[in-house]
Amino acid sequence: MSSYRIGIDVGGTHTDAVILDESYNVISEVKAPTTEDVSSGIYNAMKEVVASADVPVEKIKFAMLGTTHCTNAIVERKRLNRVAIIRIGAPATLAIKPLVGVPEDLKTILGKHVYLVRGGHEFDGREIVELDEQHIYQIAEEIKGQVDSVAIVSVFSPVSDTHETRAAAILAEVLGNDVALSMSNEIGSVGLLERENATILNAAIVDVARSTADGFVQALKQEGIHAKVFFGQNDGTLMSVEYTVKYPILTIACGPTNSLRGASYLTEQSDAIVVDVGGTTTDVGVLIGSFPRQSSLAVEIGGVRTNFRMPDISAIGLGGGTIVQINDDRSFQIGPESVGHKLHEKSLIFGGDTLTTTDIAVALGKAELGNPEHIAHLDKALLEKIYAEMIGMVEESIDKMKTSAEPVPVILVGGGSILFPAELKGASEVIKPNNSGVANAIGSAISQVSGQIERIFSLDELGREKTLEAAKEMARQEAINAGADPDDLVIVDFEDVPLAYLPGDATKIRAKAAGALAIG
Amino acid sequence: MRYIGIEEIENIAIGAALLGTGGGGDPYIGKLMAQQAVEEYGPIRLISPDEVPDDALVIPSAMMGAPTVMVEKIPNGEEAVAAFEAIQEYLGKEVYATMPIEAGGVNSLLPLALAARLGLPVIDADGMGRAFPELQMVTFYLDGVPATPMVLSDEKGNNLLLNTINNVWAERIARTATIEMGGSVMLSIYPMDGKTVKQSAIHNILTLEEEIGRKIREAKERNEDPIEEVLKLTNGHRLFKGKVTDINRKTEAGFAKGTATIEGLDDYKGEECYLHFQNEHLLAETKDKVLCVTPDLIAVLDSDTGMPITTEGLKYGARCIVIGMPANPLWRTDKGIEVAGPRYFGYDLDFTPLEDLIRKEGN
Repeated sequence: MSSYRIGIDVGGTHTDAVILDESYNVISEVKAPTTEDVSSGIYNAMKEVVASADVPVEKIKFAMLGTTHCTNAIVERKRLNRVAIIRIGAPATLAIKPLVGVPEDLKTILGKHVYLVRGGHEFDGREIVELDEQHIYQIAEEIKGQVDSVAIVSVFSPVSDTHETRAAAILAEVLGNDVALSMSNEIGSVGLLERENATILNAAIVDVARSTADGFVQALKQEGIHAKVFFGQNDGTLMSVEYTVKYPILTIACGPTNSLRGASYLTEQSDAIVVDVGGTTTDVGVLIGSFPRQSSLAVEIGGVRTNFRMPDISAIGLGGGTIVQINDDRSFQIGPESVGHKLHEKSLIFGGDTLTTTDIAVALGKAELGNPEHIAHLDKALLEKIYAEMIGMVEESIDKMKTSAEPVPVILVGGGSILFPAELKGASEVIKPNNSGVANAIGSAISQVSGQIERIFSLDELGREKTLEAAKEMARQEAINAGADPDDLVIVDFEDVPLAYLPGDATKIRAKAAGALAIG
Repeated sequence: MRYIGIEEIENIAIGAALLGTGGGGDPYIGKLMAQQAVEEYGPIRLISPDEVPDDALVIPSAMMGAPTVMVEKIPNGEEAVAAFEAIQEYLGKEVYATMPIEAGGVNSLLPLALAARLGLPVIDADGMGRAFPELQMVTFYLDGVPATPMVLSDEKGNNLLLNTINNVWAERIARTATIEMGGSVMLSIYPMDGKTVKQSAIHNILTLEEEIGRKIREAKERNEDPIEEVLKLTNGHRLFKGKVTDINRKTEAGFAKGTATIEGLDDYKGEECYLHFQNEHLLAETKDKVLCVTPDLIAVLDSDTGMPITTEGLKYGARCIVIGMPANPLWRTDKGIEVAGPRYFGYDLDFTPLEDLIRKEGN
């Protein structure tokens, strides 16, 4: 029996939706405007793509959503939960209190119930001191009815999670199931403040995630679709609704990832540079083993420093709507201003009054669009110079992202990709796949399920080989728990970094396993 | 004398990351500790070494252990106070001021947090002018100042007073104790008088860091390249520009050692730079010439932001600029080179000052 899946990805300008069959062929695709409330844009795109697909709705079995609801809630400081913060780490850690360095407006909202409790672990798993369970009971009584959500953070919980788990058990015992509990060891890695911040943000957006998920499920039902719903996360893999509601923070920045993953799928390339040309900017990212290469820098979300790993993206101010200014002395300036999504009103080829990069490409016969007569009067020699510089900008950006001088495949996606030629310096080949305009929605639809671990291991105990294997096995198990097919698992990311100034070959290991969704 | 507040601390932290030459630990935690201390106890008095009476007792303060532990198990702030009080009691004399022993990395900021708590002044000086991995690698040691009596304190309330026969033993015992105490402790160390500070310390280092930090931040706000300004302040030279194409790491006896290969970009296209590190960047060379070697300073900066990159933060694909800066003259003496020169770290070459290496190349 054939089955279908819907993939939706919310971008800044457009909400894209696709329907794929079980062999991942694109049955229909839609670009709808992103709306202020995000949700209605999603529903519109979903309805439209279902209507144009002409497939039996009962055969749509999966729905994958990559959305910006959670990011927006944090950035706009809206609809956030009433949160309590419990840091387990005293007598250590007092020199920097929770929420230090967080913007004041957010601190006021999130900092109403902050507690520092005795407990936590050393780097090698010893207890710093015993967990003060009485204090946790006392806090539970105090916050009863005052908060909807609690962030629990314990020192070195990526090494030993026992104090966080015990504190969560006590809180659940006193507060029941109505209060959401976010444990830091399931959200971030070593680095207390960044992990704590991410856990607090997570606790603050639990309800946003819940209402987004409920709304999406309801909207599907109204169309007669009873699909299993998944959310995209920033590493390009999927989470179930249950998991999303527990760990909504992981949905942040899934957009760029979906675009890279979609490009990989459409071209069957696992290692390549992806150039996503939008209206205003071009985002250049790198695929390694079919997944985005991640940035090594600390990531800020709504002004809050976290230790999330995000795709390493180099953005330049050059897109299909970028404005080109020509001066009297024949010098010129490309961008960074853009006409954005008003290309069809403002650019010369559509009868507007603004010279854009798209006009240049059309005038030189590199692309076919609009009415070329509007631009026939322009000086071709000068346009060639401008076009050469546009290509130079993209080529430089590609070169900066490459890891060696070896030519690599370059994949062009996004609405503005018609600007660029089939040959680029540093590229072994330039691939422009079909359906490249909705690569991100496709990326959302074809996402795999993953599991990840990141913690400090002592290589002295088992030896290097066995420790690395144990870490990989833990990652595989996480992926299976998240719904991956055990027979289809691959380790997609692995890194071990020895820690300076520590004996026993203490090594931080990160491992991620991913595989296809277990169907059935 | 002048006062140091939130803004100055912000700048010092950036300068400290640069002079950390890749090691010394991310100053971020130290910065937040110092800023919280200023918020709670008020601004800090920064005094020049000349303002310290010759017979006044000065006790530097520092952390020892793994910066990776410290970013997770943050201090409570009282460890440094306890270490200070214990040594003061032992010596039976009131302390006049504190100071950093290591200006590079997290250790430049921690004495500021302590000074705010105790209401003591901080001296605008240190014992390295950069970051180094071992306790005896300070200019005080070059002049025969002993590291002990010293006190190690942890957040649990344990204090350990050490009196050792020499500084190498102090390093050895303290390092072992640090592991048992949880991987990161606070020290009060190298007690000395004001006269010694004037002779043996590297002067005006916090002010230099503050200026470096301010220039980098200002340039960033104006979208300008901060590197020229940094080179002017430090008498430094641009050595290489490229992207990291290979990283080779191993841990030996608690030290992260390795080599990064940087493939040239722009003016350096076609060349390769090999950057050798042991917690700090210690040797930069190409196939046929040395670019800069310890004790002179090597810093790696992100070519987009101008911000310093640590050895742990060096990643495949990172786009960077390598700069070299001359070490303080105290390090370029025979004893200085013996203690922290290339041969001490196992590199088989003699120390040549950065200026001579540059001149040889004819730039």
